[in-house]
Amino acid sequence: MAMVEVRDVRKVYDGGFEALGGVTLDIDEGEILALLGPNGAGKTTLISAICGITTLTGGTIRVGGHDIVEGFRAARNLIGLVPQEITLEPFEKVINTVRFSRGLFGKPRNEALIEDILRKLSLWDKKDSPIRALSGGMKRRVLIAKALSHEPRVLFLDEPTAGVDVELRRDMWAVVEGLKRDGVTIILTTHYIEEAEAIADRIGVINKGEILLVEEKTSLMTRMGQKELRVELVHPLDAVPPALDGFDLKVEQAGRVLSYAYDAAAERTGIGRLMAALAEAGLSVRDVQTVQNSLEDIFVGLVAAQDADQETAA
Amino acid sequence: MNCLAILAIYRFEMSRFFRTLLQSFISPVISTSLYFVVFGAAIGSRINEVEGVSYGAFIVPGLIMLSVMTQSISNASFGIYFPKFIGTVYELLSAPVTFFEIVLGYVGAAATKALFIGVVILGTAALFVDLSIQHPLAMVAFLLLTCLSFALLGFIIGIWAKSFEQLQLVPLLIVTPLVFLGGSFYSVSMLPPVWQTITLFNPVLYLISGFRWAFFGMADVPVGLSLLAIGVFTALCMGVIWWIFRTGWRIRS
Repeated sequence: MAMVEVRDVRKVYDGGFEALGGVTLDIDEGEILALLGPNGAGKTTLISAICGITTLTGGTIRVGGHDIVEGFRAARNLIGLVPQEITLEPFEKVINTVRFSRGLFGKPRNEALIEDILRKLSLWDKKDSPIRALSGGMKRRVLIAKALSHEPRVLFLDEPTAGVDVELRRDMWAVVEGLKRDGVTIILTTHYIEEAEAIADRIGVINKGEILLVEEKTSLMTRMGQKELRVELVHPLDAVPPALDGFDLKVEQAGRVLSYAYDAAAERTGIGRLMAALAEAGLSVRDVQTVQNSLEDIFVGLVAAQDADQETAA
Repeated sequence: MNCLAILAIYRFEMSRFFRTLLQSFISPVISTSLYFVVFGAAIGSRINEVEGVSYGAFIVPGLIMLSVMTQSISNASFGIYFPKFIGTVYELLSAPVTFFEIVLGYVGAAATKALFIGVVILGTAALFVDLSIQHPLAMVAFLLLTCLSFALLGFIIGIWAKSFEQLQLVPLLIVTPLVFLGGSFYSVSMLPPVWQTITLFNPVLYLISGFRWAFFGMADVPVGLSLLAIGVFTALCMGVIWWIFRTGWRIRS
């Protein structure tokens, strides 16, 4: 059974804007799922719907087997949420807001646990500071501490690293790794694609309220990952010589570089033939490099394809 | 029932109160003293007695009610409006709590603060005038019910308000006039007959009259009617709150 089951969820806001158009998604226990999507794609709405902040127009959501409406207490007990916006009571002390969150989720006081969370997030020496005295990065840490205070089994991180410095990122990923070891399910939205590439087990791409794809990161990268061979020439070319016509080469950098796209997973990549043909055409090669297609290219490709589809449909 | 959550909200709200304890304590003391100087000494010296009670003592129940009502409303409305304003309401909405528990936490804290201020005013008043409380139990009951029902009203206002201006609007434009015209500083029998009738439509009159009865055993309207009025008012507020939470009006999109 999936930890989070989203079934055909629709959300139409007052005013008619459809933020989610029938999303179905299973998130397994203990995995890290990165949801990628451009601004306004519906990432935050989806998270808000699962957490109970937004009502559903249609569909059902279960968390840990509990329906989020009928079994809202059991479902929400499992969920921790780090929102995108920094929203904190400015005059309260750090430690009190974290205690408050734990209490709000019906958990008895546990000072040792709260100390541990604050230490891991480098907040312990700030525990008695009022929140308004903290820097932006520190405030974000407080949001994370609050979300962890009631020991959630599912953690939502909505753009956790937007505008955050390197040090906090490192601390945060250390915390995320620790949580993953404890079997916590983590759902993360971001538009820093390197981030998703670095830590996610699976990647979901969402655009215009629809899930375009959910796939294991590694298989996604191999399946869609094209590689590119770049051949730097000693003498620039004006055009591709006829002997190389069969290779679909692109001439770049004023004829200095020939670029050849190929599928790294294919049985025959054609690289051997290309190299032979280059020698045959009498071109002197200065350097050769291969470039892996990144998740970013895949993502941009998917979103652009959907946009193009809709335009032709319309 | 998620009692720990209610307690967490209650504590969190009270800590706001304790952060500004000195202000919370001093301002009612000063304003009460001012009322006594102006109404008690300056005007009261020309009124002497109202139905056998010295004017200074006569205004004490009204004075307490005035502060308790406005404080209950402003505390409760601010308490729930502020999280909406700064966005921390997301946590309440995503927590495993029912609306009823949220209301208990916020309204309980707001009522406690108002009660504290009511007691402070009572104490201050006792320094100025001789006070006798003929029905202490009824006095406490009226005080508690008023704190509670007006905190409920404040909670509704806090949910309804979309700006700080709106937050001030109802207390300023409706509650303060009703309290002043509800016999806080005079007995209804001192008014011309037409105004006596009109005043009977002021719900606050029933509260002040009942409260005053608890002190001095005299009332503008029968005590039973006062109790009924505050009961109906509390029920009305609870009904509205129940509807708000069922529909998610102005909280959950």
